[in-house]
Amino acid sequence: MLDKTLAELAQGLATGEFSSVELTQNYLDRISAEDGTLNSFITVTPEQALAQAEAADQRRAAGNVDVFTGLPIAHKDIFCTQGVRTSCGSKMLDNFISPYNATVVEHFNQAGAVSLGKTNMDEFAMGSSNESSFYGPARNPWNTDCVPGGSSGGSAAAIAGGLTPAATGSDTGGSIRQPAALCGITGLKPTYGRVSRYGMIAYASSLDQGGPMARTAEDTAMMLNVMAGFDPKDSTSLDQPVPDYTLKLNDSLKGLKIGLPKEFFSGEIDPQITAQVQNAIREFEALGATVKEVSLPNTHLAIPAYYIIAPAEASSNLSRFDGVRYGYRCEDPVDLEDMYKRSRGEGFGEEVKRRIMVGTYALSEGFYDAYYKKALQIRRLIQQDYVNALSEVDVIMGPTTPHPAFKLGEKNSDPISMYMEDIFTISLNLAGMPGISVPCGFANGLPVGLQLIGNYFAEERLLNAAHQFQQATDWHKQTPGQ
Amino acid sequence: MEWEAVIGLEIHAQLATKSKIFSGASTAFGAEPNTQACAVDLALPGTLPVFNGEALRMAVLFGLAIDAEIGYTSVFDRKNYFYPDLPKGYQTSQLFHPIVGTGYVDITLDDGTIKRVGVTRAHLEEDAGKSLHEEFPNMTGIDLNRAGTPLLEIVSEPDMRSAEEAVAYVKKIHAIVTNLGICDGNMAEGSFRCDCNVSVRYKGEEEFGNRTESKNINSFRFIEKAIKGEIIRQIDILEDGGHITQETRLYDANKDETRPMRSKEEANDYRYFPCPDLLPIVIDDDYVNQVRATLPELPDARKARFIEQYKLSEYDAMVLSAYRDLSHYFETVANTADDAKLAANWVMGELSKLLNQNDTDIKDSPVSAEQLGGLLLRIKDNTITGKIAKQVFEAMWAGEGSADEVIESKGLKQVTDSGAIESMVDDVIAANQPQVDQYVNAEPDKRGKMIGFFMGKVMQASQGKANPGQVQGLLKQKLDALANG
Amino acid sequence: MSLDRTDVEKIAHLARLNIAEQDIQEYAENLSNILDLVDQMQAVDTQDITPMAHPMDAIQRLRLDEVTEGNQRDLLQTVAPAVEAGLFQVPKVIE
Repeated sequence: MLDKTLAELAQGLATGEFSSVELTQNYLDRISAEDGTLNSFITVTPEQALAQAEAADQRRAAGNVDVFTGLPIAHKDIFCTQGVRTSCGSKMLDNFISPYNATVVEHFNQAGAVSLGKTNMDEFAMGSSNESSFYGPARNPWNTDCVPGGSSGGSAAAIAGGLTPAATGSDTGGSIRQPAALCGITGLKPTYGRVSRYGMIAYASSLDQGGPMARTAEDTAMMLNVMAGFDPKDSTSLDQPVPDYTLKLNDSLKGLKIGLPKEFFSGEIDPQITAQVQNAIREFEALGATVKEVSLPNTHLAIPAYYIIAPAEASSNLSRFDGVRYGYRCEDPVDLEDMYKRSRGEGFGEEVKRRIMVGTYALSEGFYDAYYKKALQIRRLIQQDYVNALSEVDVIMGPTTPHPAFKLGEKNSDPISMYMEDIFTISLNLAGMPGISVPCGFANGLPVGLQLIGNYFAEERLLNAAHQFQQATDWHKQTPGQ
Repeated sequence: MEWEAVIGLEIHAQLATKSKIFSGASTAFGAEPNTQACAVDLALPGTLPVFNGEALRMAVLFGLAIDAEIGYTSVFDRKNYFYPDLPKGYQTSQLFHPIVGTGYVDITLDDGTIKRVGVTRAHLEEDAGKSLHEEFPNMTGIDLNRAGTPLLEIVSEPDMRSAEEAVAYVKKIHAIVTNLGICDGNMAEGSFRCDCNVSVRYKGEEEFGNRTESKNINSFRFIEKAIKGEIIRQIDILEDGGHITQETRLYDANKDETRPMRSKEEANDYRYFPCPDLLPIVIDDDYVNQVRATLPELPDARKARFIEQYKLSEYDAMVLSAYRDLSHYFETVANTADDAKLAANWVMGELSKLLNQNDTDIKDSPVSAEQLGGLLLRIKDNTITGKIAKQVFEAMWAGEGSADEVIESKGLKQVTDSGAIESMVDDVIAANQPQVDQYVNAEPDKRGKMIGFFMGKVMQASQGKANPGQVQGLLKQKLDALANG
Repeated sequence: MSLDRTDVEKIAHLARLNIAEQDIQEYAENLSNILDLVDQMQAVDTQDITPMAHPMDAIQRLRLDEVTEGNQRDLLQTVAPAVEAGLFQVPKVIE
């Protein structure tokens, strides 16, 4: 039952093939057995999970059933969960038992979902390998010497390893799509504002977006049905109707216009990745889509702009971690300044400190125009690239990452080379549009991800295209050898 | 060479919203520490701000009241600095695009001339919490109840040249925000605070001198004292050949002096940037016009109306027009009694006296405007004398009932029975023969003044209740009859 | 763009981060590399481009002025490092 999709598990619960308690216990056992190696969870909550499963079974017995009733999932440890440690992968919040639930968590609770626990992540979502986690890196189930990607690496590894059928993630520069690609699962970054950010610990507010991760496009559609929606607690949440994302999954792709940005098929990219992506495009053509080349001429500026905007926002967002009201406080501070500097110096890891410093510098007196304002101007150029391209085509496609999963420690000492792994994902966060990564083959035995990008609020179309691709292929059904 | 002070003020007016600017916690004053600080106010990880529309309305109302430019697109920025009572590590404020742009107010100087003071801008921001330094030996306690209370920071041009002008300006802004009902104006509770930027230069010079900023002064009197002290301090330093350090100073009301603030010693780099958790506030003409339609009458307009409508003197009109509650009270009294002059005298006299003595706000006056008007009617219809009225008023203040009830229960009704008055007059004339003789022997034009003695005696005998006009008439008639033999 | 030790120390102070003496050099190098990376932006003429602070040009929604949060002090202070008499405690601040 552990290799089943959410949709299949929902069916099993509905037909009484198994109960939610049995299902949940199976996953908890699997976590106990496997997570010593994968390290995909920071916190497992067996008691709470079984209590939720019990309640779900009772709810089902009473005939009060939601699609999600009794289905187990896991939450990235960036989402606040009441009564459960919410660490954000940081020593700073190692002792933080959240007194409230994120809106996303609240939605899943109301739908009757069972939460298995909190998944591992790069500290404060800053990283592309999961190696910046205070709790040690999660590992890639396809090759445990390799990283699962990041920052939602724990969620991706747990799904690929069969430790949970689905999980929440967050994506600031590729943090859902890149680990999904590296672990051979499906991950969707929705339109900015589609999913509430309330209770999702902020890294870079104008880029962060929560989204679903699962085995299939159909499962991510089911997840997004629960996650999406207007939230009056989030000023950047958009008051737009939420469709049932599963309704158009089976629409034909005949006439779908696909754009291939030439910038996504040149430069530093593994030729095996290019080959697998091109095979996938041919599959779409076979499904009735047409393909043309498009251009996103400012792609090369996305990483520079991102590494100003994200650190600038982060430097301010992370100022609240000061040891006063919650979180880590250093031992025996001699005075206030000592308390601030040691609590933050000891509580944050290297990459987080590095980005806080970059952001602080970029915003400091005399540099604002040259860095921050400039980056916001570049951001508009990048957005206009997408708007222009998407006026010609329905969906943009390309590789999710330039390389498959790399070895643990391989890029750790060189932050810049790590940053470059996000070259194909990062620009989308700047533009705010949705993107999905689906498995489309292997390179050296490691999964390859195909990225589909659509216009604002085009999640339905992306999920439809991804689902049709998965009906025609079985890359998403591959599981790592035990 | 003569020195000249240059003064600019930053006023922080707490907006009188029920809930905070970015959260649903209460803004009520005086609660137990941290009982009105919710997850958003505490900046718990993951929490986000949502802007209170009432704060916007109040800010726009203020902008319209000072004839200012309104920011149709205004943006919240983050002002980044670390302080324990600043939970997010930044204050959400408006630097680049404030809600209110340039405007002005007119102040009246002592010599009666009008001076225009420019308002550079007014912007919305959130208040910080409170640091309590005295409660614990080695620790500071942080109370975040006030954190997130909406503030309107009103920044003036450096247009003022003396402490008196500065106080007149502060009073004017105070009157405007309280009249608009957007701030309770309570300075003791910190709802209305003032930072004073002061520099001095030789008269006639164009360049500004180095300035100091004295922070958080919370009474009109302290503002005057702090500025005067600071001007003298700066002149003394400069005349000794010294140099004024640009710095932030803290006014100590107990010592009546300012001192440098330790926590502000280092130069700050606030790293302002637009808050990514909040979107631009965009308003249109419809919105502004709707707010404009609710603009109440402001003191200047009201003063002119009082002079015109009620024929008040310039001074009475100024006093009675300054505050909405006071003006409203006065007008109700005047209309009830149908006598503006009498109403003005009583509101500025007896009522103000008792309000001051009891430290009571006019809103909480135990004698309502209608009740006071009722009392004045009894003076006008000769039921009581003006003197007795003061006695009745005190009884009303003490809660003994309406004017009529007090007059009735205390038997204070004026005696107008001419028989009773005549017998009292006769008694007094009989009992004071030496004074009667003086009256009789005096020159006729001196007699008028001497009648006061007999008036006093009769009124005393009547316990103040005799109708003074009748008494006077009878006395004159009878004494003159004796004199003319 | 190259940062030296003084720059790193100044930034670390602004950000209230304690940086170990022996790590300053490495921070200086890493930060300089990042700044070199982002300096690619300077080659682009952005004179007439309006900065884009948010992905969509949406506008701020207004909340009704209602008190929706009651006293949650006990719950919210369960995670506080130091509390006395309902006040968060920090080392003495001198104003």
